[in-house]
Amino acid sequence: MNIFCFGISYQTANVEVRERFAVTDSALNDSLGRLLLIPQIEEGVLLSTCNRTEFYLVSRDSQLAIEPVFCNFYPTVEPSDYKQLFCLSSGSTIRHLFRVAAGLESMIPGETEIFGQVKRAYETAAKFGTTRKVLNKLFQKAFQVGKQIRSSTGITCGSVSVGSVAADLAQQIFGKLSGCKIMILGAGDTSEKTARCFQSRGAQQLFVSNRSFERAATLAQSVGGRAIRFDDWEAEFRDLDILVSSTAAPHAIVTTEKLEPVLRTRRDRPLFIIDLAMPRDVEPAVHELDGVYVYDLDSLQTIAKWTMEKRRQKGEACNGLIEKHVNEFQDWLNRSRESIAPSAVIECSRT
Amino acid sequence: MHAEFISEMFGFSDHLWVSLALVCFLLGSVYSIYLLTSGKLLTSRLTLALIAIGFICESVFLFVRGHAISRCPITNHFELLVFMTWSMVLIYLVVGSAYRLSLMGAFTAPAATLLLLFACFIPEAKPMMTRAKVNPWLEAHTSFSIVACGAFTLACIAGVMYLIQERQLKTRHPSSMFFRLPPINALTVANSRLLWLGFGLLTIGLSTGFFIGADIDWKKAIWSILAWCLYGGILVARWRHAMAPKWIATLSIIAFSLLLGTFWGIRFISDRPSIK
Repeated sequence: MNIFCFGISYQTANVEVRERFAVTDSALNDSLGRLLLIPQIEEGVLLSTCNRTEFYLVSRDSQLAIEPVFCNFYPTVEPSDYKQLFCLSSGSTIRHLFRVAAGLESMIPGETEIFGQVKRAYETAAKFGTTRKVLNKLFQKAFQVGKQIRSSTGITCGSVSVGSVAADLAQQIFGKLSGCKIMILGAGDTSEKTARCFQSRGAQQLFVSNRSFERAATLAQSVGGRAIRFDDWEAEFRDLDILVSSTAAPHAIVTTEKLEPVLRTRRDRPLFIIDLAMPRDVEPAVHELDGVYVYDLDSLQTIAKWTMEKRRQKGEACNGLIEKHVNEFQDWLNRSRESIAPSAVIECSRT
Repeated sequence: MHAEFISEMFGFSDHLWVSLALVCFLLGSVYSIYLLTSGKLLTSRLTLALIAIGFICESVFLFVRGHAISRCPITNHFELLVFMTWSMVLIYLVVGSAYRLSLMGAFTAPAATLLLLFACFIPEAKPMMTRAKVNPWLEAHTSFSIVACGAFTLACIAGVMYLIQERQLKTRHPSSMFFRLPPINALTVANSRLLWLGFGLLTIGLSTGFFIGADIDWKKAIWSILAWCLYGGILVARWRHAMAPKWIATLSIIAFSLLLGTFWGIRFISDRPSIK
């Protein structure tokens, strides 16, 4: 038995080509059924996400060409597009699947969504009867490797978007966000994304203020918060824990002069200010005040980039671990080659 | 169960229990440092387990030694340091789980290791055997004061952790360690509660000292009252919100350093040995 992987991903093709090869969830069963009609194929799993469409195949043939296999599978695809498909065999296929399951081949290294997508793809194929001994073992091993890499290397640590970095920092200041009072100043797209990040981390007391009260009310409604008139936001400052500011004001609206008297009445509670505006809404000197932490767009993006770089480095450090598992699987495959009989299930399905 | 039996059962002299505790704390320190610096998603349960085993070994030593000398085993510098480490670890085991500050173990284990190492290298290791009747006021005075030192040690550790977190937030370059340590709000609360706990215990310790019945060693008493006033001042400042948590954390470190520094100084300038 030989293992192959044919596919297309964000690394090899642009979105226009990828969408021609994509297989929607509703078409997955039909596609697996058609996969079985290809005579050379013994087992198959189809993984289709927004960033990749990949076929994991097992064949008795030692070589599989892409075009003959797929000419009936993708009748609308132009032959020139086949050039953008990648073709892997034996060890490279095993290595690739392990890396995909661990999130090492994802746009954001270490992202965990792909693990669930690989699992769903395998479960669908197993349910449909297109997997047997080899792919069952291969995918179980891939899940084991994915879990091991995630738990032992910390590749999923840290956030890579501005909103989630801000939420991470807030949690390292306050602990649970459920008791924190959060004010969103400005109702633009950035504010909304950040508000949603806080909401997803358990924040319950969200207040939105904007020059246009209607926009503030709309955002407040969508994030389960309360809208406040722009003239009144300073009155709420005394009880605030987190301020997310992204107004279009041409000058700083939060200054040391305004803050110092407020801080005296706040006792020991820290104040976390996220300044997402350009030009900045918060005077730089505010960060020097005791118990006040101001993070602007640049500082949040620096942390996000640093996390991304750390994840890449950790991903590279996983190579040894992956190779160990690849060798283990290849040893098992070599030992099992003799005992694997042609699939009765698949033969039955074909008839 | 007889105290001697515990030691005889394992064929240990009571010093070996301290050595075992030292090994546990040392391993806990090494593992904690590895966890903090590697950024791996591993739990600190092993550190907690090692600290707990070290604590049990110390408890056995104190029990065996206390039984042998028929009094609270704080009759020399060695016993004093072991008792102090035991108090610190006891408070850590209670506070760590109560405030979910298990990572405090990453700092508690090295502190316990240092204290025990110091204990093992000081020459005065023989227990002071005396036929004098046990004075319960003296026993209460010394033991409460030392347990208070344990609480102040942990307050100092919480202060160090707070300053690490605060510094990383202010520089806007948080490392992976930043995301592994407890939130600064939790550290502020822990620091404050440990200071109150230590202060309460020290107050009881000093108060019982006045009932010992012997002449008061004024040099020692003045130093002790100064330490009490210093911690009292920090707590008043905290209570009145007159100082930012950063300064309270800094002062709890300075106060503990002074306490530790003067602790040995007092013993040298004191008119008579303080522990009998």
